[in-house]
Amino acid sequence: MDEARPKLGPATPGSVMPVGPATPVGPATPVVRIAAVDKTFVSDRARVTTALQGIDLEIRRGEFVSLIGPSGCGKSTLLRLIGDLVAPTAGRVTVNDKPANRARRDRDYGIVFQAPVLFDWRSVEDNVKLPLELMGYDAGRRTARAREMLELVELGDFLHHHPYQLSGGMQQRVAIARALAFEPSILLMDEPFGALDEMTRERMNQEVQRIWERTGITVVFVTHSIPEAVFLSSRAVVMSARPGRIIDIVEIDLPRPRDVVTREQRRYFELVTAVREALRRGGADELVADALGEGSGPAAGLIDRAAAEGGIG
Amino acid sequence: MTAAAASPGRVSGVAGAPGRWARRIAYYLPAVVVFAAAIAAWELVVRNIDLRGLPVPAPSAIATALVENWSNGRWPLSKAAAATLFEAVGGLAIGTTLGVAMALLTARFATAREVLLPLAIGASAVPIIAFAPLMNNWFGVLNPLSKMMIVAVLVFFPVVVNVTRGLTQVEPSALELLRSYAASEWTVLRALRVPNALPYFFTALKIGTTLSLIGAIVGEYFGGTSDVLGRVVVQSASALRFDVSWAAIVLAAIAGIALYLATVAIERAVIPWHASVRRPEP
Repeated sequence: MDEARPKLGPATPGSVMPVGPATPVGPATPVVRIAAVDKTFVSDRARVTTALQGIDLEIRRGEFVSLIGPSGCGKSTLLRLIGDLVAPTAGRVTVNDKPANRARRDRDYGIVFQAPVLFDWRSVEDNVKLPLELMGYDAGRRTARAREMLELVELGDFLHHHPYQLSGGMQQRVAIARALAFEPSILLMDEPFGALDEMTRERMNQEVQRIWERTGITVVFVTHSIPEAVFLSSRAVVMSARPGRIIDIVEIDLPRPRDVVTREQRRYFELVTAVREALRRGGADELVADALGEGSGPAAGLIDRAAAEGGIG
Repeated sequence: MTAAAASPGRVSGVAGAPGRWARRIAYYLPAVVVFAAAIAAWELVVRNIDLRGLPVPAPSAIATALVENWSNGRWPLSKAAAATLFEAVGGLAIGTTLGVAMALLTARFATAREVLLPLAIGASAVPIIAFAPLMNNWFGVLNPLSKMMIVAVLVFFPVVVNVTRGLTQVEPSALELLRSYAASEWTVLRALRVPNALPYFFTALKIGTTLSLIGAIVGEYFGGTSDVLGRVVVQSASALRFDVSWAAIVLAAIAGIALYLATVAIERAVIPWHASVRRPEP
């Protein structure tokens, strides 16, 4: 694994502040600090929805943390708070020892949504180059980085394809390459494989684990799939139904690298059960019953919409 | 991984040239046959059935009139067609430019949207015939600009509405993505909104090409130089030379189709990635 580690050059494109991810920080230092955070949304008719309540969470450098909970529990909102795509109503979010807003302007995040959000008018390579263009990388470095990242997600042969010529899983891998291209210190993933079939999802999980091990990046991963959370995470943060609170944090101590066999081990099932129990304590009975299939209550829709709107700002 | 991966799509068709031509001919043949049959039927009806003085010239008579009046006589058709096409294209350019400018304003500033859009809707609700004499008066009845302005009024509205929609209806997550890059509003416009609006722009332009000839000819009916298609139709009809009137109408239709096809060609060149344009995957 070591000799295959890509040459991740110094993270110093001209525009990035020196206080960025390059700052040497011990492995135990939290990258993300969430302290006493509440988030409420006010809808058109002044109806107040509490999405998150009293959230305290620290995420250490190099960790793979998943946020799992029933639909509408605010896990996507929590991710967006870390990424400064929405602002907390109360409390503080600190990233790399800076306010989240500053961290966003320093381009500390790479983000992957449930939809790949690729631009049809750009080739695969040019999609990956997009953040590099905006961040002032010179042309030679853009090409080098884009190709390196596409090699990393094993799409080196598809540089000149257009997104619509790729399958859903491949599109999502392009989105991951794009999120990693500018060497952010944190990768935020919002149910990235929720739209994929089970087989593809398991393969993508393998892929994400490999990328995480090779790059050493800190990952925050929102999912509603218990197996996915257990397979990937170092810690699974279990959240309750609305208003979203943290019920439990399950340490996932499965050895790495994890593979197909991992999914058949006793410890794996124990951890799946632990997460399931925690979810049940959080009042997600009906969701646990149908293996956490995404519900679609009106409240869930409201929160998703509010989150999306809040992000447009 | 799945089917799409197994057959990595080709951007351009690499099929052999003969095969492609055969497919093209097979594609267009039915339309050509039906068109030819309709013309032939028209010719036969006019020649063999007494239409009781109904002045419908046979296609052959129209064709003859077209050839005989191409460049000489009282109604030089080629000159008239060129003049009308000039008015239409000029008006299309003015209307499109103004429309895009206003769309950019309304997409960027909510106030502009609230103030200007109702005005645009109001203007589009006025029948163009009501504007025509005014434009002739304002810009000079003999000045082609007066006809161009009528065309511009017609073209303006679909451009504003469509382009505004293209600029504003972007995926929320695409906006979040750019926000996560700390992109400026200007960057969002350049990298996301404008490319997103291009297909809408071409839709508006295609509507505009057909409207532009209507606008130009309507303007011409209300006076101006005589060497334009609209005047040729009016004058030849009052001289009972309906073969010439029809020849002018045919030319107007050909000009409209040519403009439309030119727009489609440009669209294919500019947005080959868009679903409306790209070839289906083999």
